[in-house]
Amino acid sequence: MKIGKVAMDPATATASKSKLINEKGLFWRLTDRTSESRGKVLIYSSAILMIVAVTAITLFLTIQGLRSFVVDHLNFWTFITGTQWYPDRAQNPSFGAFPFIFGSMAVTFLAALIATPIAIGTAIFMAELAKKWGTKVMQPIIEILVGIPSVVYGLIGLSLIVPFMRVHFGGSGFNLLAGAIVVGIMILPTVASIAADSIRAVPDSLRQASYAIGATKWQTIWRVVIPAAGSSLVTAIVLGMSRAFGEALAVQMVIGNVVTLPKSIFDPSATLTTIITLSMGHTTTGSILNDALWSLGFILLLISYVFIVIIRFLSRRRNA
Amino acid sequence: MKKKNLLAIGLALVLSLTLILSACGNGSSSGSSDSSSSSKSDSSSSTEALSGKITIGGSTALQPLAAQAAKEFMDKNPNVQIEVQGGGSGTGLSEAQAGNFDIGMSDVFAESKSNIDAKALKDYQVAVVGMTAAVNPKAGVKNLSKKDLQAVFTGKVKNWKEVGGKDLKITLVNRPDGSGTRATFDQFALDNKTPAEGITQDSTNTVKKIISETPGAIGYMALSYFTANDSSVVKLSIDGVEANDDNVASGKFPVWAYEHMYTKGEPSKLVKAFLDFIMSDAVQTKDVPAQGYLSVNDMKVQRDATGKQSDK
Repeated sequence: MKIGKVAMDPATATASKSKLINEKGLFWRLTDRTSESRGKVLIYSSAILMIVAVTAITLFLTIQGLRSFVVDHLNFWTFITGTQWYPDRAQNPSFGAFPFIFGSMAVTFLAALIATPIAIGTAIFMAELAKKWGTKVMQPIIEILVGIPSVVYGLIGLSLIVPFMRVHFGGSGFNLLAGAIVVGIMILPTVASIAADSIRAVPDSLRQASYAIGATKWQTIWRVVIPAAGSSLVTAIVLGMSRAFGEALAVQMVIGNVVTLPKSIFDPSATLTTIITLSMGHTTTGSILNDALWSLGFILLLISYVFIVIIRFLSRRRNA
Repeated sequence: MKKKNLLAIGLALVLSLTLILSACGNGSSSGSSDSSSSSKSDSSSSTEALSGKITIGGSTALQPLAAQAAKEFMDKNPNVQIEVQGGGSGTGLSEAQAGNFDIGMSDVFAESKSNIDAKALKDYQVAVVGMTAAVNPKAGVKNLSKKDLQAVFTGKVKNWKEVGGKDLKITLVNRPDGSGTRATFDQFALDNKTPAEGITQDSTNTVKKIISETPGAIGYMALSYFTANDSSVVKLSIDGVEANDDNVASGKFPVWAYEHMYTKGEPSKLVKAFLDFIMSDAVQTKDVPAQGYLSVNDMKVQRDATGKQSDK
C-alpha cells in the first residue's frame, strides 16, 4: 500500500519509483495496465487454477473413494452389485450400493423422458414459431425456472406431487416417479434453452430450400430443422441428464430414501446423492460407512465423467 | 487511472491476505484461544475479562441451545467470539478429535462410534432430550405396548388394526443410519431390534410433515417437536407411560438421550468458562427448558455409555 501512495503523487512518483522498485521489476510488470505480462499472468493463473481445481477434486475423491476397498477391504464388485445396504447392522454389516446406482439411473432417464418432449417443444416454439414473443416472454420465463432454488422444487414436490401420488397410486406417495417428475421439471429449462440455441444455429438456407420445394412449416421443422439440429439436441438432453444425475436436495425430499431396490416406479427408492447427503453428517471420519459414502461419491464422479465423454463425442461428431 | 489500479490491486492483495490469515486462524483457534486473554480488561467487571474465539459444531439437535447460550455468553463477554455450526453428530466427534472444533456436539456417546478415541475426549452432558414415536392421527392409536411398538417397527405388523387401531396400512418413517435420534430410538424403544425399511428423512421438520400428511404413518422425534395444542401428529405413550418431561426425569419413560459436548482433552480456560456457563442455572433453568430439552440437574436417573440406567 505504501508504494500505491507514492504513485498517487505525480511529482515524486518518478523519482521515488526508480528508487523503490525496478522499472522492469516484477511489481511493475504486474501493476502497469499497459503491460503485456500482467494480462498474461491474470489469464494464465485463472486457467491454471481451473485445472488444479478439477485435478484436485478428482484426485481427492479417488483417494477417499478407494479407501473403502483398500483400507476397509470391501469387495468392489459386491459393492457395486450388492443390493443389501445395512452399514449399521451389528453382525455382518453389508454395503451393497446397487439400489442407489439403479435409483440414480432410473431418476435420470425418467426425468429425461419427461423433460425432453416438453423442452424440445418449447425450443421449437421459441426458435421457429414465435421468434419475437419467444425471446421476449419465453426467455425470461426459462431464466426464472433456472433461477428457482432446488429446495423450492423439493418443497413443491413434497406438498403437491407426493399427496397426488398417494391419492392416485396408493402407498406413501414417496416414489421414484415423484423424484423423476421433480427433477424433470428442474432440467426442463436447461434442455429447452440449449435446444433453442441449436435450432437457431441451423442455417436459414436449409429452411428456405425446404419452403422452395413446397414444404409446409410443420414439414420443414420436422423433416429439415430437427434432423439438422440433431446431435446438438441430443447434447442438450445429455447435459440435462448430467444435471439430473447430480441433483440431491429436491430428490431427497420426495423419493423416500429407502435402501431396497424398487420393484416399480411407484415404489420409494434412493439415489447416490440422497444417501450421501442423508448419512454423511452422522458418520465419523475414517469409519467404514464414511469411506463407503466417499466411494458412492467416487462412483458419482465416474458416471458424470461418462456423461461428459458422451457430450464430447456428440459434439465432435457434429463438428466433423 | 493509475492510482485507481494500484489501489484496486492493493485492496485485492489485502483481501486475499485476510482470507488466508482467517483460514489459518480457524485451524489453530483451539490453541490460541487460551493464550489471548491478555487484551485490555474491562474496567467495570471485577473478574478477568475473557477474549478469544470458540468454534462449536456437530449435532443439529443441540445446535439451537448452543447458539442461544453462545449469544448470551457473548453479550456478557464482548471480546469473545463463538461460532456455532451444524454438520451432524459424526462430524462433531470427528472434528473435535481432530482439533478443528473446540467443542464437538453429539447426540450419542463417543464410545458408540468405532473409530473415535473416547478416552481422548472429555464428555460434558449439557442436556437431556426425550423422544417418542409420532403417529398420524388417522391410525387411531395413542398408546402401544413396547412389544407392539417393536412389532410395528420391525415390520411384523403391517396394519394398525392388529395393534388396536383403525384398518389402515402402516407406513414407517425412519432416520438415516448413524443418526443420533435413530440410535436412541433403536436402543431404548426397540431394544436394539433392526427396524424394517421405510421412508428415510433426516430433518425432524420433514419427518413431522410426512407423518402428519400420510395416513397411517409412524416415525419418531424429540419431545420438543410435539407442541401442546398441535394435533397434526399423535404423541405416542409406551406401555401406558406418557412421554413427558416428568416421566423422562424420573426414569419411567425409557427413550431419552444425553446431549453431549466433547472437548479434546482438558478444555482451555475460555472453553471451560463457556461450558461452565452452559451448566450454570442461568442456562439450565431458562434456556434448556425453553428450547425443549431437560436439564441434567433434574434427572433422577443416569446412564452410562452402554445404556445401563441407574438411580442418581
